[in-house]
Amino acid sequence: MTALLEVKNLQVRVEEREILHGLTLTVNPGEVHAIMGPNGSGKSTLSHVIAGKAGYEVTGGEVLYKGEDLLEMAPNERAAKGVFLAFQYPVEIPGVATMNFLHTALNAQRKARGEKEILTPDFLKKVREVAKSLNIPQDMLKRGVNVGFSGGEKKRNEILQMALFEPALCILDEMDSGLDIDALRVAADGVNALRSKDRAMVVITHYQRLLNYIVPDVVHVMSKGRVVKSGGKELALELEKSGYAQFDDAA
Amino acid sequence: MNVALAKTDMKTDTSRALSEAFANVRERLPGTGSVAEVRQRALESFEQQGLPHRRVEDWKYTDLRTSMREVLPLAAAPDEAAASRAASILKSTAVKGARQLVLVDGVYAPQLSNLGKLEKGLAIRTLRDALETGGEAVRDQLLSSKQSTDPMVSLNTAMMTDGVVIEVSEGAELAQPIQIIHIASGAVPAAMFTRSLLRVGNKAKVTLIESFVAADGAKSYQAHDALVVSVGSHARLDHVRLMEDARDAFNVSTAFVTVGAHSHFNTFNLTAGGQLSRYQAFIKFAGEHARVETNGVNLLNGTQHGDTTLFLDHAVPNGASREVFRAVLDDRGHSVFQGRIIVRPDAQKTDAKMMTRALLLSDEAEADNKPELEIFADDVTCGHGATTGALDQSLLFYLRARGLPEKEAQALLIEAFVGEAIESIVDDNLRDIAVGAARRWLAARG
Repeated sequence: MTALLEVKNLQVRVEEREILHGLTLTVNPGEVHAIMGPNGSGKSTLSHVIAGKAGYEVTGGEVLYKGEDLLEMAPNERAAKGVFLAFQYPVEIPGVATMNFLHTALNAQRKARGEKEILTPDFLKKVREVAKSLNIPQDMLKRGVNVGFSGGEKKRNEILQMALFEPALCILDEMDSGLDIDALRVAADGVNALRSKDRAMVVITHYQRLLNYIVPDVVHVMSKGRVVKSGGKELALELEKSGYAQFDDAA
Repeated sequence: MNVALAKTDMKTDTSRALSEAFANVRERLPGTGSVAEVRQRALESFEQQGLPHRRVEDWKYTDLRTSMREVLPLAAAPDEAAASRAASILKSTAVKGARQLVLVDGVYAPQLSNLGKLEKGLAIRTLRDALETGGEAVRDQLLSSKQSTDPMVSLNTAMMTDGVVIEVSEGAELAQPIQIIHIASGAVPAAMFTRSLLRVGNKAKVTLIESFVAADGAKSYQAHDALVVSVGSHARLDHVRLMEDARDAFNVSTAFVTVGAHSHFNTFNLTAGGQLSRYQAFIKFAGEHARVETNGVNLLNGTQHGDTTLFLDHAVPNGASREVFRAVLDDRGHSVFQGRIIVRPDAQKTDAKMMTRALLLSDEAEADNKPELEIFADDVTCGHGATTGALDQSLLFYLRARGLPEKEAQALLIEAFVGEAIESIVDDNLRDIAVGAARRWLAARG
């Protein structure tokens, strides 16, 4: 079986400073991986490099997605092939109505895959269904993308997109940041509903708390640009007790 | 030193050629007697000043002395081929449901226009007719531009050949929009000088669309247009102007608008065509409690130069004006926005605001923003602002991470940016028309 995502010995620089020093990670379809680690360990850098954000220089290693070189692809190609990043801080886009954005994005992805465009009635039906399951009111969809949304609403909007685009690989970057416990539960329920045998998720988080709601198959600890320990879900609990300091020396 | 001589010496070949052009055609221009006299004086005023250049403050960023290299002969009346080319472009330019008044190469084209079933209170005739046989009031209004010292207005006054004169009488609320369409269609490079008049009577209501386009096969041309408008008291005028001239065209157009008491004038200009263009609007508050929204968008790329210059004259108290302007510039596109608001000593309680923003898509694009406030009254609310910037990379990345290719992601953000000016169009249909024009520009970008 080909792994969905293979990160091999990845080295990444940002403005002359090396952030990732040889990171290795393999994610198979159906799995949920959690990546934990302190601030500055390189978690968000990994998510940005996978999604294709500019400003990161890959100086070594490779990232394969379904066996293909992901780093060669433009961000929109990655999205069309099924890579999805749920942003830690989703941006506000005034003047671009959420509905129009979702429709345009979905059709761009379909077009890139050589599929037919989705018809407006089918699209509307689908969005309404998903929005309902995530407690997203219709009037939110008429507003500019994320404009005036609360932290919880922005995260739910990310999950709405995830449900709509049906990606194979979901990277959730600090989904829990800025969410109260109720908002977190709604968001996590949305994510759990998308778990399937064909879809993998990489959940990046500081805190173990999120992993009570999205229970991972594998937990990785990152420190100083590397994965320093991997284990089952119990590793997260252990970290919650003992903290990240123990890994400083290992890195 | 002989100043007059020095001035003459400074004149360029182009402006000399324009003077000669006038001498050649003056006998054929409509209007005799006082009209001919006004033309003659206007030409003298133009000759005295010559083409405007960078040392003339109002024309600082649009130097015609260097950029208008040649003067083209006055366009001939369209032949059959030109008329048929015009008819073909008219199909895609005509706004559905509107009454089309078409000028082909500067000459009113009755066969392409619609003068049927005029609504009650609406009268339309050609400029030629109005100058030759019209009443004094209409003629005076058509020639009211003689108060302007702008050389390009003087040139238009001297040379104006045709146009339409629209009169809407008191209380007439026209349901059907009027669309004046300027089509350049000539197979030889030529210049056209047009002038139109719109009189909106008291309590009347009018929707006016102006379109500037070129037929396939039109050769590089120079369009000189003027529009004189009076909006009566308690009247309303919704106006959209779309300049989508050919990429090698020259267009200098001027609007003179007077708004009466309690009137409402909502106007929007989009400049997407032309190689070198200037749209200048002089808007005067003649009655109290009038409201004016002047919005505009310049969409330019290649080596296009587009200048939008607005002059709001608050001459009476209690007027309100808003100007929202956006420019999007790619390649070596150059946009000029000049917005001057003058609040005269008597114009207390004036409420005037202006905001201009430019979006640069390339390192070589240029935006010149010159907002100006001249306030002589002490109890007013006035403000202006100007910004210039690039597309936000974090927004672009977000859209691309959702599957939008780069150009499509840019297009979405550009449309949102210009939407800030378009959304202030009050009339729903006119707003859709403006959005359509902006999308045509985005689609042509690829």
